Amino acid sequence: MATATLAPELRLTHLKQLEAEAIHIMREVVAQFERPVMLYSIGKDSSVLLHLARKAFHPGRIPFPILHIDTTWKFREMIEFRDRTAAELGVEMRVHTNLDGVAEGINPFDHGSKNYTDIMKTQALKQALTAGGYDAAFGGARRDEEKSRAKERVFSFRDARHRWDPKNQRPELWTLYNGRVNKGESIRVFPISNWTELDVWQYIHLEAIPIVPLYYAAPRPVVDRDGVIIMVDDARFRFQDGEQPVTRSVRFRTLGCYPLSGAVESTATTLPEIIQEMLLATRSEREGRVIDYDQSGSMEEKKREGYF
Amino acid sequence: MTHRSELIATDIDAYLAEHERKDLLRLLTCGSVDDGKSTLIGRLLHDSKMIYEDTLASLAEDSSTQGTTDGEVDLALPMDGLKAEREQGITIDVAYRYFSTAKRKFIIADTPGHEQYTRNMVTGASLSQLAVILIDARHGVLPQTRRHSYIASLLGIRNVVVAVNKMDLVDWSADRFEQICAEYADFSKGLDLLDPYFLPMSALLGDNVVDKSTNMPWFSGSALMEHLETVDVDTGLDLDRFRMPVQMVVRPDRDFRGFAGTITSGVLRPGDRVVSLPSGVGSTVDRIVTFDGDRDVAGPGRAVTVTLTDEIDISRGDLLVAEADRPLRAHDVDAMLVWMTDEELLPRRQYLMQSANGIGNAEITTIHHRVDINTLLEEPAPALGLNDIALCTVSSDRELLFDSYADNRQTGSFILIDRLSNATVAAGMIRGTASGWDRTPERRLTRQVSGITASERSIRFGQQPCTVLLTGLTAAGKSTLATALERELFDRGKVCIRLDGENVRMGISRDLGFSAQERSENLRRVSEVARLANGQGIIAIAALVAPNADVRRRAKDLIGEHRFVEIFVDTPIEVCRQRDPEGLYEAADRGDIPMFPGVSATYQRPTDADLRLDTSVKTVDECVSAVLKVLGDRGFLRG
Ligand SMILES: Nc1nc2c(ncn2[C@@H]2O[C@H](COP(=O)(O)OP(=O)(O)O)[C@@H](O)[C@H]2O)c(=O)[nH]1
Repeated sequence: MATATLAPELRLTHLKQLEAEAIHIMREVVAQFERPVMLYSIGKDSSVLLHLARKAFHPGRIPFPILHIDTTWKFREMIEFRDRTAAELGVEMRVHTNLDGVAEGINPFDHGSKNYTDIMKTQALKQALTAGGYDAAFGGARRDEEKSRAKERVFSFRDARHRWDPKNQRPELWTLYNGRVNKGESIRVFPISNWTELDVWQYIHLEAIPIVPLYYAAPRPVVDRDGVIIMVDDARFRFQDGEQPVTRSVRFRTLGCYPLSGAVESTATTLPEIIQEMLLATRSEREGRVIDYDQSGSMEEKKREGYF
Repeated sequence: MTHRSELIATDIDAYLAEHERKDLLRLLTCGSVDDGKSTLIGRLLHDSKMIYEDTLASLAEDSSTQGTTDGEVDLALPMDGLKAEREQGITIDVAYRYFSTAKRKFIIADTPGHEQYTRNMVTGASLSQLAVILIDARHGVLPQTRRHSYIASLLGIRNVVVAVNKMDLVDWSADRFEQICAEYADFSKGLDLLDPYFLPMSALLGDNVVDKSTNMPWFSGSALMEHLETVDVDTGLDLDRFRMPVQMVVRPDRDFRGFAGTITSGVLRPGDRVVSLPSGVGSTVDRIVTFDGDRDVAGPGRAVTVTLTDEIDISRGDLLVAEADRPLRAHDVDAMLVWMTDEELLPRRQYLMQSANGIGNAEITTIHHRVDINTLLEEPAPALGLNDIALCTVSSDRELLFDSYADNRQTGSFILIDRLSNATVAAGMIRGTASGWDRTPERRLTRQVSGITASERSIRFGQQPCTVLLTGLTAAGKSTLATALERELFDRGKVCIRLDGENVRMGISRDLGFSAQERSENLRRVSEVARLANGQGIIAIAALVAPNADVRRRAKDLIGEHRFVEIFVDTPIEVCRQRDPEGLYEAADRGDIPMFPGVSATYQRPTDADLRLDTSVKTVDECVSAVLKVLGDRGFLRG
């Protein structure tokens, strides 16, 4: 019964195994839950997630809506990409913005990254999830991204207030995912938990998955703040005294709100070049995200509060 | 060396092609506190350059406030993710870590070694193909080592690396290493593990982790990394028995109806005959559909959508299986259960049971024994608490489709879920169909009550009902004694039924052979008949070898201790052999009869029988009188 030499057509590479695992997880969610939704950040992990969802339900359509939390401060190219993707794939894209936050003029310049993120992202997400009555929400988080995520479940339980309690997570055995929730409670589902950043890039490359052009290097207007390169994406940008935008060849390793996303100097204009830079780099991916600087363990606190 | 920096810099396309071809190994690391597990993982990640510089920077900060190694970065720290745990300085959950080399991608399930964290290790082990068990060279094999090895074997991990760590602290002594290997090999004999790979190591200094140690030239094996890169990951892959649990039906339009799922075992091709269970309806595979095009063949681990040539009704939880090789089906199964929650398991409480075969209600009808994971001894348990491991009978209110866990980890496993909190409370590994003793009767049945009372019967018959079990070797004289006892009771006006093993096997047990299970089932049937007879006031005399003490105890429980009389017919085996009218002992000696009690199987001597009779020194009459005395003393012969 055991075979030392497995026939090539039966052999699954690590990427094929990861893909099969993600498809299995997505199908479980659709079978177990009444109102699943896929959170879509427009980033590369979201692109992979969306691609996997197409595979999981082929030849059928993706049987759940896609939800984007729009802080109104995303890069313009992200929003264009989002709308184009939705139209091309024929998926139902739901967009939610925290209108209370907009009314109060909450922005990343005046209110600090912590408050801003809480109001425009975390609160917005909770509003949208509650309003939609979703009992499962897919996310593209990976365990290799950050320390506190190494122990995250694939099915991550959230109470009725969307809070994550590290002490109240269910053991996850084999491929048997327990999706039982009481009314109001929900599960965040992370189908690409076991992927690394390299896996994601490699998969995008292999499968030719479209991603936002901001990931590729191009001349862009930027300012340099204490070593963090910020792009001037629109007229709302607040310059500090004496600051002038300069054009530099940069790209982004992670995408979010433009005033909070750090770019890296780069000339990589193809995927292999991006991967090459990434592998030769010695700084981990999240560094580009300004919010992580606050304090050690801060991501974990954000998660407890309901941020992804 | 492992991260191929040159290739990345000079030829990224070649590097990507290489990365694409990698396969995957999921492994589990286990060790007690301070065995050096985190250091080992830290080193594997570090030496394959997967800890980035800024992660290291934040670690250096952490180390200065709480690290245990002065100055240097403590490689162990990134393993302890959550803050609370970092403060306690211990790992209390399963953390997953990733690294890759030129040949493979690795997923490490890192679990702590404390006894109270059996739950975590079981969780981490459930998907692992290999376990690295760490032993501190100074301490040798400890109870923890035993525990870790037992859990690895319980969860079906066949590949084990026994890494004897901290060799630097024992002067790189080959003797010490050999001694520990011998100790380990000795205690692990009873466990179902392939030959472990023994490895002397210093995680701290890197000896035999990624590079071969120069301090231990006496060790001729390969370093850990090389072993992990080359160990056969396809071991145990079952290519024969096709199984695909249906996760959902894909039905985009009226023309397409596909069954989506992941193949757990076997190989599927268009044109193959398959059967859908539980319906049992067969069909032929039409297409194996994927987003990337139809496939000619699909094997274990592949997520596919199958279409069939016939319109058959299939829904989630159904199993598509090879027509020629079907899974087991039963309401009641025997399973090893790992209890994972603070709230006790109570027999008869209803839980949800989730498996590849869907979800339904189940209860634990019997806890056969709990396994003490330190001594591996089996002990009785009325209930189960957190981290207990026990053999139980689980009774489902619907028919389950399954394989034994040993045959198939996907179709042989299940979880139990609390119906109120929805918490996952247990992991289960199915051994097989529950023996008849534990099966619960069909729930719709109701017991029909007689119009005659027990006292009416005892007045009429002048007796109290009881069951006399005559147990002993073949040709010990059980049947002879049973017949004589029956005559004597009859002559005294008593009412009895004689259940002779030989006669029983010609009728109600005609379908049974002589394996331990079948002998057990035979005694169960006899006991059930005896119980019916007792219920109607009749004395039952059962004469059977009944070689197993546990099974006799079950008979006693079934019939009721107060009316069960155990007579041990203890005739020396030499005498039995001389008598042996049917030449069975000789046949057994020749090997013609396998599992023959007294020859090729054990007869477990009763230790608490009501009476022990040696028919080689007592006459039949003497024996009958002795039995009658016991019956009289216990009050069975009065109305
Ligand atoms: N073939 C075979 N027959 C057995 C074995 N054990 C018992 N028997 C038969 O089973 C029947 C019941 O025998 P047993 O319970 O030993 O009662 P006994 O005749 O009083 O010793 C007899 O026909 C035995 O010959 C065995 O291991 N193999």
